[in-house]
Amino acid sequence: MLMLVLALAIGVFGLFCLDIAVGDTHIPIGRVLDVLGGGGSRSQRFIVLESRLPRALTAVVVGAALGLSGALMQSILHNPLAGPDILGITSGASLGAVAVLIGTGGATTGLIATVGTPLAALAGGLFTAAAIYVLAWGRGHGGELGVTGFRLVLIGIGVNALMVSGISWLLTQATLTDAARAQLWLTGSLNSADTSKVIPAIIALGVVAVVALSSARTLAALRLGEETTRVLGVRIQSQQALLIGSAVVAASVATAAVGPVGFVALAAPQIARMALRTPGEPLIASALTGAALVTAADIISRTIVPVDLPAGIITAALGGPFLLYLLVRMNRKATL
Amino acid sequence: MTHPSAARRRRLSGLLLLLVLLAGLVVASVAIGTRALAPGTVYDALAHALGCPGGPFECPAQSTAEEIVRELRLPRTALALISGMALGVAGALIQGYTRNPLADAGLLGLNAGAAFLAALSMFALGFTAPEQYIWFAFAGSAIAGAVVFGVSSIGGGKASPLSLVLAGAAVTTFLQAMTNAIVLVDNAALDTYRFWVVGSVSGRDAAVFWEVLPFLVVGMGMALAAAPGLNLLSLGDDVARGLGVDVGRTRAFGLVTIVLLSGGATAAIGPIAFLGLVVPHIARTITGPDNRWLIPYSALIGGALLLAADIAGRVVARPGELQVGVMLAVIGAPFFIALVRRKKLVTV
Repeated sequence: MLMLVLALAIGVFGLFCLDIAVGDTHIPIGRVLDVLGGGGSRSQRFIVLESRLPRALTAVVVGAALGLSGALMQSILHNPLAGPDILGITSGASLGAVAVLIGTGGATTGLIATVGTPLAALAGGLFTAAAIYVLAWGRGHGGELGVTGFRLVLIGIGVNALMVSGISWLLTQATLTDAARAQLWLTGSLNSADTSKVIPAIIALGVVAVVALSSARTLAALRLGEETTRVLGVRIQSQQALLIGSAVVAASVATAAVGPVGFVALAAPQIARMALRTPGEPLIASALTGAALVTAADIISRTIVPVDLPAGIITAALGGPFLLYLLVRMNRKATL
Repeated sequence: MTHPSAARRRRLSGLLLLLVLLAGLVVASVAIGTRALAPGTVYDALAHALGCPGGPFECPAQSTAEEIVRELRLPRTALALISGMALGVAGALIQGYTRNPLADAGLLGLNAGAAFLAALSMFALGFTAPEQYIWFAFAGSAIAGAVVFGVSSIGGGKASPLSLVLAGAAVTTFLQAMTNAIVLVDNAALDTYRFWVVGSVSGRDAAVFWEVLPFLVVGMGMALAAAPGLNLLSLGDDVARGLGVDVGRTRAFGLVTIVLLSGGATAAIGPIAFLGLVVPHIARTITGPDNRWLIPYSALIGGALLLAADIAGRVVARPGELQVGVMLAVIGAPFFIALVRRKKLVTV
């Protein structure tokens, strides 16, 4: 188990180096390691450190945040298909960002473009999550007050539709140039990744990871179901709220950094769970799998695909069929 | 418990009331707009148009007011009316066949399928007018619907509510990614697509109306014919089978009907979320579960709601207008949430 996680971590580092190596000027992996260790020629140092490192780092951090977010939500809501995409958190963040992108009328540089969009995305994601949580609050099947998982998922689907409609409307209000710019952001592109955006994401990911890992015992209890948790004496609602909150922050920060990267939050925990054969969604392994997925998608988008397609399109194109496959498997199991 | 004949009378008088309401909305939709027209002018224009030998949309106009009515508002109203009716009936059918009070065309991937093939035709063939890409949107709905229903019924063959919604979400996300890829590489496609995807009845001329009309009429006829079988299916597959219903064939007939209605309406006016979800619930409060009543009621309420939302969209954002798709999401999402919060309706 520990060996597998370690192997996964090494794999992520390998993809990270490969992501730096490929591009218009190919740099051998050995050279990349050399530069990262402090050596290399001046031109190589420039390409690696200034142009490619921030992008590769963003891919790893965003993937890890999404994987962690998905693992937390799927564990808490007892539903392998629940995640920030389906619950509308991603589209809430997108609505915030698109509003700024279109509202500023083509400000491509300056404070609004670099800080405004990520901040609006963050605020949009957090606000949407809070709204869904409040709306899902009520009496459960046992008559006690709280949030039940299934109701949260369905209300999330409803809120998601509202957000998507808002985005569509904003796109019709914009000039074609602004609409195209917003559309590019909406597909989760790593093209605009730079150091200023990745540092807040690293900090947020760190804080969320600490909260999540220190709640590992609670999470294991929550996984057993709400009844069992209550018997075990964990104050279920507050713990659940804290963990959902962390998951939302992770997803919102990731979306704020590069735009919505589809299906990583959903697929990564399930892949990790199947690979490690654990009963629940493993946190660290899910984060590592997420990082591997986004980095691999970035490598694919820059090498194999003829046009420059954003990583988010590649992950969604692979993730959609994967979700269908999961569903077929679940249906089969349910009938046995 | 009401006496059967009393319930029948109540349902019939409700139907009559709805018809009157619908007629009122049709008149309002023709009269209200950026340029307000006096009722007399609208009446004259309508009377002249309806009395025209070449059909109501084809007559030469005698005045500007008449031209507005004839060229813009009449086709728009007719399209809103039949699309709303079709979407309402499609919603009732989807909920009936899946026995799921939360199912609707938007949630089931039909809209994403329509969007994908519409965008593909805009990109590959350079289509810009609704009457050009309408068939592609139609085909997209049909294919996506078949995939979602197919995947969610593999295994148990039951198409459980949650698996249908999630299969719809999976297909939707995949097709959305493909659609995004298209509009990202082609700005011309994006420019046409963004006005289609929001869902609107404005800017469609009479040709679109005539193109989808046959499909929607056939679909509504099929829906009425399907109602008794749907009533039997609601007793459960085993009971229905015991009563001599071919369950598989009845479902397939239902899917074809849904695609005709929902696909046709979506192709014409763009993806409209929530109408199909909300309308049957309103209808059910009056009719109860009997599909022979539910389906005509859903048609009338659907038509009325889409017309009302379109009129409201023209009034709230004067002198511009808010697309009918946006208006319905703004009204529909809170309704959906209220529905989910009522524990009784949430069944897995």
